[in-house]
Amino acid sequence: MSAAVGSASEPLRRFLQVARGAGLRVSAAEGIDAARALDVIGFGDRVVLKDTLGLILAKTPDEKDLFDEAFDLYFKRDAFTGGGADEDEREPAEGQPNQGPQAGGDGMGGSSGQSLGSLLENDDRASLAAAMELAAREAGIENIRFFTQKNLYARRILDRMGLRALEREIEAMRQGGTPQGLTRAERLEGRVEALRDAVRDFVERNLILFAKGETEKFREELLKSARLSNLERRDLDRMRVLVRQMAKRLAARYAKTRRKRLRGVLDTRRTLRRNMGWGGVPFITVWKQKRVEKPRVMVLCDVSGSVAAMAQFLLMFLYALNEALSDIRSFAFAGSLIEVSEILEKQPVEQAITKIMEMIGFGSSNYGNSFADFEDGWMKFVTNKTTVIILGDARGNRTDPRTEIMARLSQRSKRIIWLNPEYKSAWGTGDSDMFRYAPFCSLVTVCNTLRHLERAIADLLEDAV
Amino acid sequence: MNDLLPPGGTREAMNSIETVLRGLSGAGYIASQQIATAVYIADHLQKPILVEGPAGVGKTELAKSVATWLGLPLIRMQCYEGLDESKALYEWKYGKQLLYTQILKDKISSVIGETDGLAAALNKLHDFGDIFFSKHFLEPRPLLRALEEPGGAVLLIDEIDKSDQEFEAFLLEILSDYQVTIPEIGTVHAITPPIVLLTSNSTRDLGDALKRRCLHLHIGFPDEKLERQIIASRVPGIDERLLKQLVSFVQQLRMIDLKKVPSVSETIDWARVLVLLHTAALEVDLVRNTLNVLLKFEADIEIANKQIAGLTHKARADAGIAV
Repeated sequence: MSAAVGSASEPLRRFLQVARGAGLRVSAAEGIDAARALDVIGFGDRVVLKDTLGLILAKTPDEKDLFDEAFDLYFKRDAFTGGGADEDEREPAEGQPNQGPQAGGDGMGGSSGQSLGSLLENDDRASLAAAMELAAREAGIENIRFFTQKNLYARRILDRMGLRALEREIEAMRQGGTPQGLTRAERLEGRVEALRDAVRDFVERNLILFAKGETEKFREELLKSARLSNLERRDLDRMRVLVRQMAKRLAARYAKTRRKRLRGVLDTRRTLRRNMGWGGVPFITVWKQKRVEKPRVMVLCDVSGSVAAMAQFLLMFLYALNEALSDIRSFAFAGSLIEVSEILEKQPVEQAITKIMEMIGFGSSNYGNSFADFEDGWMKFVTNKTTVIILGDARGNRTDPRTEIMARLSQRSKRIIWLNPEYKSAWGTGDSDMFRYAPFCSLVTVCNTLRHLERAIADLLEDAV
Repeated sequence: MNDLLPPGGTREAMNSIETVLRGLSGAGYIASQQIATAVYIADHLQKPILVEGPAGVGKTELAKSVATWLGLPLIRMQCYEGLDESKALYEWKYGKQLLYTQILKDKISSVIGETDGLAAALNKLHDFGDIFFSKHFLEPRPLLRALEEPGGAVLLIDEIDKSDQEFEAFLLEILSDYQVTIPEIGTVHAITPPIVLLTSNSTRDLGDALKRRCLHLHIGFPDEKLERQIIASRVPGIDERLLKQLVSFVQQLRMIDLKKVPSVSETIDWARVLVLLHTAALEVDLVRNTLNVLLKFEADIEIANKQIAGLTHKARADAGIAV
């Protein structure tokens, strides 16, 4: 039994690597736990094995899914090892990795014992699969990252299995010219071709296994810093997931800082009150607390053609954040302004946004007119606790910018944050009124990627203190 | 198998996953294989289990059943915002301390009576100082009680996600080493490490440090077969055909997009109601009248109401009753 435990650590180590590749965060401590757990339950029952490793390695529902996928892929691969063999050969095939080193070692020499040629000739699939596994391990298949490396690794594996020697052998047979040798060479060549296919297949599966997490991560990084207006339709789903993740992270970070304890400042009044029972002798001290207000936010989104993509993500972000924000009112404007809070609350953000766009979007924007609408209808709700976020390119098509409304708004509100999807160099050019509005804003910043958006919103939450 | 058990701490009852399954079902808890594996591994690795899942799938019940099965005391700590050490771990018995100083006033003055000067009196007092901060004046709260239980205990830390982040950090010492540090007394080690279960409804993300110290068990809704077993065990004497129908009905209900889908505890309640009403088979009207047992939101009931006929029909068909 102890031997089995010893050999168990190698498959486990490889599986942990696969799990990390699939995007699970497995710490060394968890690896040790997994090894200890395996000592208790053994490898015998695959269902129990899966449950156990799942308990230790996957810590969220998302991770559970990733884990299940990785586990099935990894162990399906194992099953393939014995796949070509007959039923009665399957049992020994399971134990093959243990004998692997000797068998494979000879095979590589290519001259003596079980050479690749004789393996192919006898069609000994179990041994072939084992030799392939071994060669792959030696070639460092777990380091494969990109699909461009597929051929490289396939070549390396074939080399290690002794393909070159075999090719020379086949060549020699042909040179010999005997009809017997020719048919043999032909048969072998056919088998070599099949072997190549098998190896390529094998490498591909490993690529999925080991590199999936990496490419996903790479893609996500790319998306985070891509201009939102340039996104392709097929990326939208992934973006939604990303936005939700980012929002969740921000909400978790800021939701709990609301009540801060100021240690060291005694609340005399409440301390005395609390200790009346002991004749005012302060047994229990009460410290002053500072309540941190959740930010109240009013968002004004330009939904005219150029800014629409950005607006969609800002709104999605804010609504995903609703646990960290107490009160969001959102407005959309192009030629004129309407309140859209209700639509956004009642419907899932994606649908709501299409609806808003239908109602008002894609017209040419008129900032002055829209601000006037805002002042008429909603200025009275702006208090000194309100943060106003304006998202827009400040291009009013040469209409009156009505900066005096901005002045009044900035006096009433806590602050105004202006997010502009254009680069700074374009501000103030053509019909852009950005610099006319800027003096009334406490922050004007470029915002056209998911990264920018995250940073702007983190600032918003941070400043709430 | 026995020779593989880590030395010490392992209970006899835990010698295989099957015994865990059987033991829990003896305590009235029908566990899935995964749950039994979690309990088994947790005991062998001496690690806490963090149980997550929707409300009402039996997270708290699991802890109770483990305690009943093993005959250990269940020590429960309900978490809430603002929970701190003095409520979770220990508190000094202020009243008792005060009372004792009053009663012992004469003794104290006789001890320090002969000395002259404040400094000398203080010095004298210092020699006795720790008397009032000894274990006699310590009020053990759930965590300390769990550690001091000589035969071990089942410690249930309920709804950990409701507590503050600081409290979560404070738990780490207990969860990894089964010990706590009380500044005035020292470090208290567990006599027998308790079996610790934490539950969470995922209202917020728990810290990585906490998660790393725990086995993570996610209990979802049971499948039809398991749910039937659970109901049969919880509502004894329920008619087999009614059981089939109601479980099938609830399972279908979970497919609908509702604000809060009914969980196992609601299925049990509903089964009890149906048994009380001497129901033989589901009828559309009956379902409509008792739907508020399953669904807790007006909007959900409205949505479900429209589909009751279809669902009932299917449930009856599943149970093999001609409509």
